[in-house]
Amino acid sequence: MSFHQSFVEIDGCRTGLRRGGSGAPLVFLHGASGAPAILPFMEKLAQRFEVLVPEHPGYGLSDEPEWLDNIHDLAYFYLDFLKRLDLENVTLIGSSLGGWIALEMAVRDTSRLRALVLVSPAGIRAPGVQPADTFLMPPEELARQLFHDPKFAQARLAEPVTPESVDISLKNRHATARLAWEPRLHDPHLQKWLHRIDVPVQIIWGDQDRILPLGFLDIFKKLMPAAKAAVVKDAGHLPHVEKSEEFCDLVIRFVQGGA
Amino acid sequence: MNLVLFHLMPYAELDLDAARKHGTVWVHLPNRHFDPHKGHQLYNRYLDELEYGEELGFDAVSVNEHHQTAYGLMPSPIVTASTLARRTKRVKICILGSALPLREHPLTVAEEHAMIDVISGGRLVSGFVRGIGAEYHTFGVNPTISHERFHEAHDLIVRAWTEPGPFSFEGKHYNVRYVNLWPRPYQKPHPPIWIPSQGSKETIDWASHPDRRYPYLQTFSPVKVVERYLKQYRATAKGHGYDAQDSQLGWAVPVYVSDSDEKARAEAKPHFEAFRNVFVKMPLEMLLPPGYTSRDSLKNVMKAKAQMFGDVTIEQAIELGLFVCGSAGTVRKAFEGYWQNMRFGNLLVMCQFGTLPADLTRGNMELFAREVMPHLKQLQ
Repeated sequence: MSFHQSFVEIDGCRTGLRRGGSGAPLVFLHGASGAPAILPFMEKLAQRFEVLVPEHPGYGLSDEPEWLDNIHDLAYFYLDFLKRLDLENVTLIGSSLGGWIALEMAVRDTSRLRALVLVSPAGIRAPGVQPADTFLMPPEELARQLFHDPKFAQARLAEPVTPESVDISLKNRHATARLAWEPRLHDPHLQKWLHRIDVPVQIIWGDQDRILPLGFLDIFKKLMPAAKAAVVKDAGHLPHVEKSEEFCDLVIRFVQGGA
Repeated sequence: MNLVLFHLMPYAELDLDAARKHGTVWVHLPNRHFDPHKGHQLYNRYLDELEYGEELGFDAVSVNEHHQTAYGLMPSPIVTASTLARRTKRVKICILGSALPLREHPLTVAEEHAMIDVISGGRLVSGFVRGIGAEYHTFGVNPTISHERFHEAHDLIVRAWTEPGPFSFEGKHYNVRYVNLWPRPYQKPHPPIWIPSQGSKETIDWASHPDRRYPYLQTFSPVKVVERYLKQYRATAKGHGYDAQDSQLGWAVPVYVSDSDEKARAEAKPHFEAFRNVFVKMPLEMLLPPGYTSRDSLKNVMKAKAQMFGDVTIEQAIELGLFVCGSAGTVRKAFEGYWQNMRFGNLLVMCQFGTLPADLTRGNMELFAREVMPHLKQLQ
């Protein structure tokens, strides 16, 4: 399945967008490391959906708009994005920071959404459980902590380092700090409004997540009792990367099951 | 030349092995390594040293601000400057500086500095800094808004010091309906503001701007780097259409004087190397959180990583001009040479560094004050 790279200008921000596949629209919102490449899970989902992978304002090849101060700005941006591309019945998947954006969108407006898939989402506070301090980690350490299976970390570290890739990783890190430094990776007000989310929700978590430990899932289950929750065995913070088959099956079953 | 005795007040009783094992004395070295009884001794010793600076003829004594680290025990330089305001009579008292973005509210800085200025009868020199990268980790302040907060806090403080109150201040980060400072500062229009920095183009552009002309102090850097930034300041001032005065330039550097070069090196070696290789050290991610510097500066640091983050011996440090050490004659000659080349009007000497004990610190201060300082004061 081939994806093609394009750019759309939304809210004055030239935004990188990869699209591939056909079917109902599925938007994937990436996490703090960005979405520099098309990954196997995207290819697989593209057999069933039209998959859209934007790069958030401030990340990757997208502009760094003046207005980008906080996560709410990105929520409004992506609501504009859905409207601008006239996407309806969207399956919205968000990983980590992208999951937080998806939640912030959904508490505001679900009219263009069909279902929400949250993959180890950030966004809330879990008393007594701390997210890993990724800002203090050198790149090698971060790669090791992201994955359960060390071969994924090795693969990531083996990727060639180019001046462009260094620029992009510093840019992504900057944007993540801007959005999530303090309060760290959450908005204290978000959880007050999670009940507004009136579309089916599937939460997916790796049982070996060392970035946002499973304790966060317990809180989400309490806050969103109607959501389905699935724990992927032997996966770290990015189950869609480490267990892409299982992840895609979960998504497809969830959407087909009436979501 | 204006001579300033500068103190970091490190936790000189530090268990160096434990600190080395942790890799850094910043952010996560457990505070069980701080013994309050030893701390009591150290604070009083260090304050005595600064007070002695007045007796020895320094023009100014200086404190600074660091948080949650053995590197410096002055989370509030206000506290140390306050005691000095009462215990000294003549010297200027420099706070170099208060970390504006780390403060919840800049008006507290305006108020506290004004108090010290009034209590001391106009002897305060205010310094403004952004705080070290590690302090954004410990304080939680978002480093990507560090510059914004610094500039806005500065504007609010200077206006609070100079404009008749009450007036209102509207900013992005700070909004105050009634700015009406009691006390107003003693000095007119306000205490001098100095800008200490590890060196950045952005800081030099801002400090040298004709609206401000703030003295710029290059802190603890190889002399080549000091030279580059001080010359850059002069060039930037020229670009603004004026010639920078020598008094707008300063250099902060550790110094050690003893009876001979060999003796000076032998006495200073373990203490300087503890300073450079234990107290100063922190990983790149801690030193430069995202947004604390421009990404171009960050990339330059990444390129120089091995050199910046590796250990340095005292011999290398002297060679680099990171440390000025030797007999009085050697130290005098070194500074005279550096001055001929850079014409800095302010020299901040750190006579205590790392684990340097009280007797060596006093001896160093006395020799420097007696044998070196009188010559340097005449340079202009």
